[in-house]
Amino acid sequence: MNLWRETALVAGKDLRIEARSRVTLYQVLPFGLIVVLLFAFALDPSRGVLSRVAPGLFWVAVLLAALLAVSRSFQVETENAARDGLRLSGLDPAAVFLGKAAAIAVQLAVLEVALGAGVALLYDVELRSLGLLVAAAVAATAGVAATGTLYGVLAAGLRVRETLVPLLLLPVVAPVMLGATRAWEAGLGSASADGWPWVALLALFATLYTSIGMLAFGPLLEEA
Amino acid sequence: MPVVVRLRSAVCLLGRFPALAGVDLDVEAGEVVLLSGANGSGKTTLLRLLAGLHRLHSGTGVVLGHDLSIDRRGARRAIGLLGHDTGCYDDLTVRENLRFAVRAAGGDASASDIGLERVGLTAQADVVHGRLSAGQRRRLALAVVLARDPRLLLLDEPHAGLDAAGRAVLDAVVAAAPDEDRTVILASHELDRTRALAGREVVLAGGVAHFGVAEPDVAQASKATAEEEVRAG
Repeated sequence: MNLWRETALVAGKDLRIEARSRVTLYQVLPFGLIVVLLFAFALDPSRGVLSRVAPGLFWVAVLLAALLAVSRSFQVETENAARDGLRLSGLDPAAVFLGKAAAIAVQLAVLEVALGAGVALLYDVELRSLGLLVAAAVAATAGVAATGTLYGVLAAGLRVRETLVPLLLLPVVAPVMLGATRAWEAGLGSASADGWPWVALLALFATLYTSIGMLAFGPLLEEA
Repeated sequence: MPVVVRLRSAVCLLGRFPALAGVDLDVEAGEVVLLSGANGSGKTTLLRLLAGLHRLHSGTGVVLGHDLSIDRRGARRAIGLLGHDTGCYDDLTVRENLRFAVRAAGGDASASDIGLERVGLTAQADVVHGRLSAGQRRRLALAVVLARDPRLLLLDEPHAGLDAAGRAVLDAVVAAAPDEDRTVILASHELDRTRALAGREVVLAGGVAHFGVAEPDVAQASKATAEEEVRAG
């Protein structure tokens, strides 16, 4: 079996598990929406503060929700020693990495659509440069998913997984937070040209961490 | 007959504890070998070492021609390990779990139905793993292992949790193994049942294979195991 078929197999398995357990729908998505709502309560909407900081708040909400998705992705491998099954399956570790990252990315994409609608509604923002916003979201999502999968497997075998993943992941994805926020500021404002260099940075980050993940996932899975 | 497993002074550490403290073992193709010994004697560790799930700390180990100290993953495609846990996903159905295993091994997904029939789980094909009984989970785990068509079958307490029909299915799988060009190493405390299946018994005590005995010496091996259990308290 080639790399892409194995990737699709692992991604399909993870997405099927999520579709059946509905953890993303019933827990991760409501969590993200509550974060967006709390920001709306905390900051005074009448002074236009919310619309100015909306991109940053949106990506903070996405990153916090991503932590839950990453933890969930490796929790299912811990139950019933499924991780041993994965190791014995003969699947290429690079394909397992890509498959798990792709499944996380799909969940995050669904989450971003819902949170984007919530932000537009609650924060009174106008989605002007849709192409830039989507390109930035795709690149940022790929970066967060790749990084999350890499650090998720690093902490997978540890009892302190739930607390360790945020500690490891959040500092590493700070460049994604920065790049995506700047790109979205440009996309929501009138200077969309300013956003494309940030999209390039996000794409570079995603490529870098995807490459590292494909190389490092195998040894990390063995030691997890 | 070609040698499938060869261990020499194999040491395996769990943390700092030497769970295997210098095991010598030879298993030839088509053999059915019973591992016996008290709790904590190293049976599970030995099976996981052979599957490449534990690292070989020192000594030498070759499984299906792959050197464990260099390439732990090399032989895995040809190994099936039935461990204490099923290795399956709670939210996937019996059929989905089995299909995933079959396709991961590069097989045809339609073969999964044959596997379900063999272990008597056809009626539960659309039930999620999380809702299966312990015995049904064990049967599914066996189906998953067999779906990979392994040349080396490693069974850890395989009869645990199985009803009479399930035990009969398992016994039939082990009995058919030599004809299917499969080698079996099984660890068990159900010695009366498994001795009838095995051609040879190896007794582990304190992480060491004290002796690999031929069938007539089984009684002596059993006595040593009992003495070990008494010493272990």
